Amino acid sequence: MTAFALVLTHAPVDADQGVIQKIFYVHVPLAIVALGGFVAGGVLAIMYLRTRDRRWDMRSYVTIHLSIVLAVGVLITGSIWARASWGHWWVWDEPVLVVFLIVFLLYATYQPLRFSIEDPDRQARYASVFAITAGAFVPLCFGAVRMAEQVTHPPAATMTTSGPGSVTLTFLVALGGMTLLFITLCKYELASKNVTAHVRRLRRRLAGDDDQLPASGRSAAPQL
Amino acid sequence: MKETVAALLRKELAIELRTRESVPAMVLFCVTTYVVFHFGLGDVGGARAVIAGDLAAGVLWVTLLFAAILGINRLFVADHEQGGFDGFLLAPVDRTALLVAKAIALLTFLCVVELVAVPAFGLLLLGPSLGQALPELLVVLLVADVGIAVVGTLVAALAIQTRARDLMVPLLALPLLVPVVIGASRATAPLLAQGAAASLPGDWLSLLALYDLLFALIAYAVFDFLLED
Repeated sequence: MTAFALVLTHAPVDADQGVIQKIFYVHVPLAIVALGGFVAGGVLAIMYLRTRDRRWDMRSYVTIHLSIVLAVGVLITGSIWARASWGHWWVWDEPVLVVFLIVFLLYATYQPLRFSIEDPDRQARYASVFAITAGAFVPLCFGAVRMAEQVTHPPAATMTTSGPGSVTLTFLVALGGMTLLFITLCKYELASKNVTAHVRRLRRRLAGDDDQLPASGRSAAPQL
Repeated sequence: MKETVAALLRKELAIELRTRESVPAMVLFCVTTYVVFHFGLGDVGGARAVIAGDLAAGVLWVTLLFAAILGINRLFVADHEQGGFDGFLLAPVDRTALLVAKAIALLTFLCVVELVAVPAFGLLLLGPSLGQALPELLVVLLVADVGIAVVGTLVAALAIQTRARDLMVPLLALPLLVPVVIGASRATAPLLAQGAAASLPGDWLSLLALYDLLFALIAYAVFDFLLED
C-alpha cells in the first residue's frame, strides 16, 4: 500500500509518457514476481521429488497457481501501457513481451495437465516434473533473449539503472511490496487448503466410514 | 547401458519398420501441408507461387514442427497399450536407457522424414534452388532435430499417462519448442534467400546447441520420476 502511495506522489511524471508511465510501478514488479514464482514452483517441485512429502507439492501448486494469476495481470497492464506509449496493444518485435507470452502459454497447460491425471501420487509426480522443466525454461528463455538481442526492454533496464533516485526508490518499494503481497497470498491459499483438507478428514471420521468422500467440485488442486 | 540402449533402439526401429505407423504419416502430413500452404498463401501461379528467405524458412520449420508433434504423439503409445513399460521396469536396467533410446529413435524418424520433406519443399514451394546451401542447411536441421527429439521424448513421457493425451502433447510441446523454431528459422532464412551465398549464422546455431544441451540435462534429471509405477 505504501508503494502505491509513493507511486502516486513521489515518482516524477515521465517527460514524454506522462501519467500513464506510472503503470510501470505495477507492471514490472508484477512480471518479476510472477517469473520468480514460476522458478520457485520448480524449486519446490524438486523438494517434493526428494522428500515425497505431499505438502511440498501443495506449495509448488499454490505458487504456480498464483503466478499464473499474476501473469494475467502482467499481460493486461502491459498491453494497456503498450497502447498508451507505443500506440499498439501488442508489439511483436519486443522480445521480452514475446517470451513472456510463451512462458504464460506454457504454464497455462499446468492446470489441465494436473487435471487429466487421476491417481494423486502420479499427478503430484508428473506435475513436479513439469514444474521443474518449465521452471528451468523460464530463466533459459530470458537469458537467451538478453544474449541474442542487444536491445533490452527499454523501461525495465534503463529506468532502474540510470533513472533519478526517486524512481529507483519507488520501484524498489513497489517490488518489495509486490513480493510481500505474493507471499501473503500464498500463505492464505495454503492455510485455506489445509483447513479444507482438515475439515474433510473430520467429516469423514464423523461419518464413520473409511470410504473416500468425493472432493467437492472439480478442482485440479492436489489433495492432502 | 550401451547394450540396453542398442536393444531398445533395435526394438523401436523394428516396430516402426513392421507397422509403418509414424514416419509415413509424418511424410504425408508434410507434403500435404506444403500443398495447403501453396493455396493458403494465395496468388496461385502468380509472382508469389514460389517463396524465399524468411517466409520459406518459417513455412519449412512450422511444417516440420507439426509433423514432429505427430511423431511425438505416437512415441510411447505402443509401450503404454501393450505393457512395454511393465516389461521395461521389471528388467534390471538403468531407466535413462529408455530416454536415450526413444530420443535416438525419434531423431531417426525426423531425419527420415526430412529426407523426403525437404526435397519436396524445394520442389513444391521454394524459389531459389535448394542445392546452393545444402551443407549448411543439413547442419541446422540436425542440431534442431536433436532439440526436438529430446524435448519431444520428455513431453511424450509426461503426457502418456494423462487422459487427454492427444491434447496435452501439442499444448506442452509447442511453447517448449518455440526457441527451437526461432533459432532454426532465423538460421535458415539467409540460406534460403534469393541468390544468397550467405554463410551460416553462428550465433543462432550456438543458441540451438545450448538449448539442446540444457534440455538434455533436464530430461536426464527428471525422466526417472516419470517411470515409477
